[in-house]
Amino acid sequence: METVWDVLTDFTVRNALLGALLLGTLSGVLGTFAVLREQSLLGDALSHAALPGICIGFLVAGSRQLWPLALGALVVGAAAAWCVLLLTRHSRLKSDASVGVVLSTFFAGGTVLLTYIQNQQLPGQAGLDSFLFGQAAAMLPSDLWAMGAVAAVGIGLVLVFWKEFKLVTFDPGFARSLGWPVRLLEGVLTSMIALAVVIGLQMVGVVLMVALIIAPAAAARQWTQRLETMVLLAALFGAASGAAGTLVSLVRPGLATGPLIVLCATGIAALSLLLAPRRGVVWRAVQRRRTRAEVESGRVLVDLLQLARAHGDENYASAQGMINAVYGADAQATLVRLEKEGLVRPVAPEHGTGRHWHLTPAGQEAARRLLEGRRDGREE
Amino acid sequence: MVGAFLDNVDLVIIAIGALVGISASLLGTFLVLRGASLYSDAISHSILLGIVLVYLISGDVHSPYQVVGAALAGLATVYLSELLGASKRVKQDAAIGLVFPALFALAVLLINLYARDVHLDEHAVLLGELAFAWLDVVPVGSLEVPRSLLTMGIITVVNALFVTLFYKELKLAVFDAGLAHALGLKPRLLFYALLLLTSVTAVGAFDAVGAILFVTFVIVPPAAAYLLTDRLWLVLLGGCLIAVMSSVLGFHAAMYLDVSIGGMMATITGLLLALAFLAGPRYGLIARFLRLRQQRVQAHVRMLLVHLYTHEHEAEAEMENVPRALEHHLRWSPRLSRAVTAIAQQQGLITVEPAGQRLHLTEQGRRMAQEVLEPWRRI
Repeated sequence: METVWDVLTDFTVRNALLGALLLGTLSGVLGTFAVLREQSLLGDALSHAALPGICIGFLVAGSRQLWPLALGALVVGAAAAWCVLLLTRHSRLKSDASVGVVLSTFFAGGTVLLTYIQNQQLPGQAGLDSFLFGQAAAMLPSDLWAMGAVAAVGIGLVLVFWKEFKLVTFDPGFARSLGWPVRLLEGVLTSMIALAVVIGLQMVGVVLMVALIIAPAAAARQWTQRLETMVLLAALFGAASGAAGTLVSLVRPGLATGPLIVLCATGIAALSLLLAPRRGVVWRAVQRRRTRAEVESGRVLVDLLQLARAHGDENYASAQGMINAVYGADAQATLVRLEKEGLVRPVAPEHGTGRHWHLTPAGQEAARRLLEGRRDGREE
Repeated sequence: MVGAFLDNVDLVIIAIGALVGISASLLGTFLVLRGASLYSDAISHSILLGIVLVYLISGDVHSPYQVVGAALAGLATVYLSELLGASKRVKQDAAIGLVFPALFALAVLLINLYARDVHLDEHAVLLGELAFAWLDVVPVGSLEVPRSLLTMGIITVVNALFVTLFYKELKLAVFDAGLAHALGLKPRLLFYALLLLTSVTAVGAFDAVGAILFVTFVIVPPAAAYLLTDRLWLVLLGGCLIAVMSSVLGFHAAMYLDVSIGGMMATITGLLLALAFLAGPRYGLIARFLRLRQQRVQAHVRMLLVHLYTHEHEAEAEMENVPRALEHHLRWSPRLSRAVTAIAQQQGLITVEPAGQRLHLTEQGRRMAQEVLEPWRRI
């Protein structure tokens, strides 16, 4: 017990863990808006565009402190978003091509700057390329403060402009008709993705950051229809993946934190896609089976009642072959299920072969109700 | 001669870059036009998983099965993304963004765990190092050919063959998938074939130039060419030309600045696209701006002509058809009225009396005013 506590209070671990929690929370909140506004892959472009931003920040500040690097990433990220917007609005390129162009050329520019810095033998540039995949262990308390400030700005903006962001996300046309500065609000929302990217630089790096923007939000979307709940859930999922990824990476030295966080987030998303009530794939499949069983039972009950009535006796036991013929398929499984529910009962054949079935009083009642419902439906 | 070419390191490096560019932009043209260009980004990341898995099974970084593994990983990415998108649980773009980072993260993790010591790291996959591509040679006959040059050459031929043979089918599938389907051309199958080749090209490109340069070459040259022309075959050709130009310019720029060659080539494609975006003849920003201004000036000139024409035979002509009246009646600034008058005079539509500054329509100007006012008289 004590060893676990020791690990958790270890300086490096505590920093990494706090950083991961901050990152997960913020990217969950901001990712929600990105995913709902169908700008998921813009997140990819912005995170790749952070690389030249980092390099420029380093060249300007001349040191590897997080502040200037983050500022550079933020500014260049915003510039990249603006380029995507410019290309989408004023050229014939579709939005995917615009995103692809900006993503790849900005990243290429980043690699050029990276090699430039390396070849200049500038002091303190060691490990600048760790921002490609993040390096949680290299986190300093001062970095944590910077990340905390960025997260506070991001979440503060969301809280202050909650109503505006909500309307712009779901009905920008209506927002415009109210005279709101929709373009500006959309611009702010988009640039805020760059905030999440900046905060993720140290933890997961620019290459995989897109997963942390999309996965928690996509997971949260499966569980709820309300924006409030979705934002909270996404923050929770993001923070949980951040913490889980960081802790797993402690198991063995050399395990990169970033990919583990990403895998945790994707795992949560996969589980949500499968299991979430109403939207989940498994949930839907179960529901479909249940509905099918209901329809089958109903049809067999009605068939039995009509067969019995044709013989002038609602307690008449029909041969299973006859039931199959009327039903149009093998009714065996459905009959067994109905027997378990106490709606039909098998009887030994009085004549001929094969099993015979008759409705119990409860079954007759159910079949009658179904038949009446069917007739009402037809009259409408 | 071939030997001399192979001895020239600079040329070999440029040639490898150009081959990657040509093979990528041939396929990229159709991806960009179909709106599926980001699949190239996804594929270029997730092939790493295929490569790692094949390495873990075969223990060989350069095994030929790499291509198979990577191609399968690429197709799996696309298939999973499409499946997820089709389930309507998440939007298509989010589906892509969910699948490929996960596969890439898994690959990085596997490298972390099992393949620490080999030359197979995620940085190399992303960035590549074109500068050393000529060092790794394979014997072909009596020649020693750089491996990347050979693989990219073969891949370029295959891609060019694919695009030429299925040109008509690809064209129809991209522009009218419904019709292609109705004609029994199987556009979906063709799309997957296209993405299979994209994966194979990505594997071939990744140790020479890295995944990111590959993505750039898939998307940017065709996009730039598309900004310049409407003809599909011109987009294909233009994309190849832009790719080759980027390789040549990028190489020299990289040598001059002493930076990453691949990165510089990719950056140059971006600059060329920016150039096409700004200065393209028909769709360029500048051309459109100039056209707009031209139209505005022409509208003013027509207004002037109509004004002069309506007052031409009236008693107030002395008062109306002078520059001062334009300022009052058309609410033009003195500068604007001077400029428009000058342009109309230049075009031979009006004459200006030197003494009273009276403005007279020429025969041509009168005809134009009549056309504006009574267009139905025009024959």
